[in-house]
Amino acid sequence: MQQDKTMPRTRLYSLDELDDIPGTKVFRARESRQAYHLHKFCMSLMKAENREAFKADERAYLDQYAMSEEQKQAVLARNLTKLIELGGNMYFLVKIASTDGWSAQKAVSSMSGMSAEEYAQMMLAGGRSPEGLRSIRNKN
Amino acid sequence: MARISGGIATSHVPAIGAAFDLGKTEEDYWKPIFEGYKYVKEWIKDNTPDVVILIYNDHASSLMLDIVPTFAMGFAEEFESADEGWGRRPVPVVKNHLDLAAHVAEQLVIDEFDLTLINEMDVDHGCTVPLSLVFGKVEEWPCKVIPIAVNVTQFPTPSGERCWKLGEAIRNAVKTFPEDLNVQVWGTGGMSHQLQGTRAGLINEEFDRRFLELLAHEPEELKYITRLEYLREAGTEGIELIMWLIMRAAMGYGVEEKHRFYRVPASNTAVGHVVYETKS
Repeated sequence: MQQDKTMPRTRLYSLDELDDIPGTKVFRARESRQAYHLHKFCMSLMKAENREAFKADERAYLDQYAMSEEQKQAVLARNLTKLIELGGNMYFLVKIASTDGWSAQKAVSSMSGMSAEEYAQMMLAGGRSPEGLRSIRNKN
Repeated sequence: MARISGGIATSHVPAIGAAFDLGKTEEDYWKPIFEGYKYVKEWIKDNTPDVVILIYNDHASSLMLDIVPTFAMGFAEEFESADEGWGRRPVPVVKNHLDLAAHVAEQLVIDEFDLTLINEMDVDHGCTVPLSLVFGKVEEWPCKVIPIAVNVTQFPTPSGERCWKLGEAIRNAVKTFPEDLNVQVWGTGGMSHQLQGTRAGLINEEFDRRFLELLAHEPEELKYITRLEYLREAGTEGIELIMWLIMRAAMGYGVEEKHRFYRVPASNTAVGHVVYETKS
């Protein structure tokens, strides 16, 4: 048998492990590219005049960006869960929430499956425990 | 010669900045958080540095869209507060110390850190909230600030070990700067939090408190926490804690912990804060 002369590179864990965290999507290079135009739209909201233009006609404003139709629909519906699924990252997406005058907590709570009030109460009580939410496979 | 005299670590939650700007610091929700910063506001009066090297992350305000640098240094004369979607924070312009920044930037590359230099950028809450928490409402920041931005947003972030080595390299760079300057290094971000998905709102107090304890006494133990462990234990945004390791490594071995504070919650986040002095 031909021996492989290259040394195997050691890794502490397989990157598949990143998909093993319950209720979590890790933002990586592919997502970053998938959401590039969505994120470009989000960052445009860092100017007051653009926020006004977006609020005046959301659809027309979004049509200036080369986002997918699915991404546009999810922005119009303020569906952050869907936007994360479509490659989005919260640091960009929160600019939509800020434009709407939502607090970051309200925006984040909209993905949690809880009402904004329930979520706020959970945070006051110490937040969501990591127990059982570390690994899908190990159920811990 | 320049010397590093102290270090501060603090969370940089944007809602804390909003509470500060809107005069809500005495409200029931915010008061216990601002109480945690009373010590540092007094301490800094006697320990105002010439320059702060401020380690933070850009939250898709100036970086992360077109360019995703692992380690970047702001290299303009000054930096304005970014408009993150609700207007610019009403805080002073952040002014750089270009001579020290140039020296550190050159030394870091010579030391194998391929630093990206950013000639024009705004700084967001990651940089300005810590300045407000420490210096309060001021007309001008009382020191120069060299902002160093770390990618903690897009996986893979730099490892804990890499951040530790960067802190050591910053220490060496400062020590070889010929001018007599009092320099502090601040690490910002964290503690545990997650801002996405059905696991949003995750807080791991046990992890955070252990981190604070080890950071003071056995900081090198923290170098080996993997990215995956941060994600699992401290949440997707809890990985910001790697920036505290840069500060800690820049302090050298002997530090005196002057203050430690921990509080849950501020918005979605566990707030942590420490003040260290280096032993001369």
